[in-house]
Amino acid sequence: MNRPGDPAESRWKSPGRLVRWQEWFVHGMLASFAVLTILTTLGILVVLGSETVRFFRTGEVTPLEFLTGTAMRPEADPPRYGVLPLVWGTLVITVGSSLIALPIGLAAAIYLSEYANFRTRSILKPILELLAGVPTIVYGYLALLLVTPLLRYSLGLVGIKVDTYNAASAAIVVGIMIIPMVSSLSEDVLRAVPQGLREAAYGLGATKFEVSTQVVVPAGLSGIMASFILAFSRAIGETMAVVLAAGQMPQISPNVFASVQTMTAYIVSVTSGDAPYGSPEHLSLFAVGTVLFLMTLSLNLISGAILRRYREEYS
Amino acid sequence: MATRPLTGPDTNFRPNHRRRALMDPLFRWICFGATSVSVLFLATVIGAVLLRVLIPAGGEPGQAVSPAARVTAAFALISRLVTNKTGLDAAESGYRVGLISSAWLLFFVVAISVPVGVGAAVYLEEYCGKSRWKSFVQMNIANLAGVPSIVYGLLGLILFQRGLGFEWLALGPCLLAGALTLSLLILPVIVIATQEALRAVPKSLRLAALALGATRWQMIRDHLLPAASPGILTGTILGVSRAIGETAPLLMVGAAASLLKVPRGPFDRYTALPVEIYYNAKEPAEAYSTVAAGGILILLCLLLSMNFLAILIRQRASRGHGSAAIPTRRGGSMR
Repeated sequence: MNRPGDPAESRWKSPGRLVRWQEWFVHGMLASFAVLTILTTLGILVVLGSETVRFFRTGEVTPLEFLTGTAMRPEADPPRYGVLPLVWGTLVITVGSSLIALPIGLAAAIYLSEYANFRTRSILKPILELLAGVPTIVYGYLALLLVTPLLRYSLGLVGIKVDTYNAASAAIVVGIMIIPMVSSLSEDVLRAVPQGLREAAYGLGATKFEVSTQVVVPAGLSGIMASFILAFSRAIGETMAVVLAAGQMPQISPNVFASVQTMTAYIVSVTSGDAPYGSPEHLSLFAVGTVLFLMTLSLNLISGAILRRYREEYS
Repeated sequence: MATRPLTGPDTNFRPNHRRRALMDPLFRWICFGATSVSVLFLATVIGAVLLRVLIPAGGEPGQAVSPAARVTAAFALISRLVTNKTGLDAAESGYRVGLISSAWLLFFVVAISVPVGVGAAVYLEEYCGKSRWKSFVQMNIANLAGVPSIVYGLLGLILFQRGLGFEWLALGPCLLAGALTLSLLILPVIVIATQEALRAVPKSLRLAALALGATRWQMIRDHLLPAASPGILTGTILGVSRAIGETAPLLMVGAAASLLKVPRGPFDRYTALPVEIYYNAKEPAEAYSTVAAGGILILLCLLLSMNFLAILIRQRASRGHGSAAIPTRRGGSMR
């Protein structure tokens, strides 16, 4: 046997210069990948910013007119570029879908976190995840195939006229689409509420209903709010379902059964139209995109800030 | 009863037994109802599309068709959709070009976004420490995950298709531009999933490898990544399946409405399965609705099986498969 530790006899080789060089190389490469994510954000900011500036430089519209204009008719003469009808359309659909998704999503989260046993949970959670995996184009088609005809038929019985393209059916399918998001985010929040709070309430004789609604949900309220805001922001950025279901009619109208155009739908309609690249109409989609980006970004930042504060509270 | 004295006239305690006994199960059923409604929605989505394929539009109503004939017809429809290219006639139209384009996109998106996403996650978890730089990058990734997909489309249009205005950088409306855009879109998903998988690997594994003289990269390559691979795989499949189902950004980055030539390389014109479905769904003619339904059925089969696979991998890993691969320290042996 060799004597242990004798350098001459040992087959161990010191990691030479090559290994050290490799370490540096890998470190640098991985760091550059991380920097790439920063560059993506920077790219979005630069692209949206510079093209928006180009749009306003064409002299068709001033930023103030753009933000407060109530008509969006790029093909009219003179063309009108006002973002408010698009913002209105977006808000109608977002608020409508939230009215559907937030209560159902929260109730589902409470069920999964407070009521369901391990077996039920392990079946229901994957199904909800599958629902989240359905692409948005499918929801748009569902609106055309099922939701709109159903609405037209049932509301036709009571004499309400429903257009082929309408905000209501878009809101319904977008609502269905964001349920899994609300329920899975809220469930994480509810499960993070310390067990001790529940036990204390049970010890005082509270029923499960009282524990859920008066202890667990209030304790997780800020986190639930964060998940609501995130779902809201997702609904704002939703494109294909809205394009197919709500149509392309930019108007400010209180009638939810009429067609509206959202910001995302406007971007798609200009892209598939024949406005040449660099024309004011084509550049206007970057201005609309900037408004869309800023709206979702601010909502995401608010939600992130709430979640961070919430985590500090309980862990 | 011992509780009697509590409800005397001098206390304001009201037990409300009856209301509480009613509310408790009621609330339980409401919550259960909400959960089952969401499950029902998934069934409705699949059921409605399936029915549309089985009972195509434009057939004569009142004519009795046997269920067996319907199923045969549906299979014929699907196989036609898979083999035919887009045509002017709805009865001849199919998704062949879209399917092949989507396969190309899948290949390039995986080739681009997986190394970059996993690499960025490894950097953040293993090289960064707990610095201000890390939390900055982290916050940036979280915000990127919330950017609407159509904004990525605008980015791809200017950055890849038009090369920021430089002629020599512009890729034009080609497959690679679409793949790059989709890769950026799902990068945050892959980074976040990989980070979670890396965090779940016990610290002892890292320390053991380092103690035996492995360098940091050797430790990551030979021990950390294999141990975290189920989690990474799950996140990758979920991210990539999202990319395959995306329509909006591709519309911006020049995916063609109807393409008759199958793309043969990264610089060819392209389209995608969801894009072709979109243009069929948009057609007011009833016959196209059936074509769209068939396409959606194909897309859903692909995506739901990918999602299902991801869930399966994760459940197997969390059921102790993962911890068996990582030897745990048993109590007593070290004393």
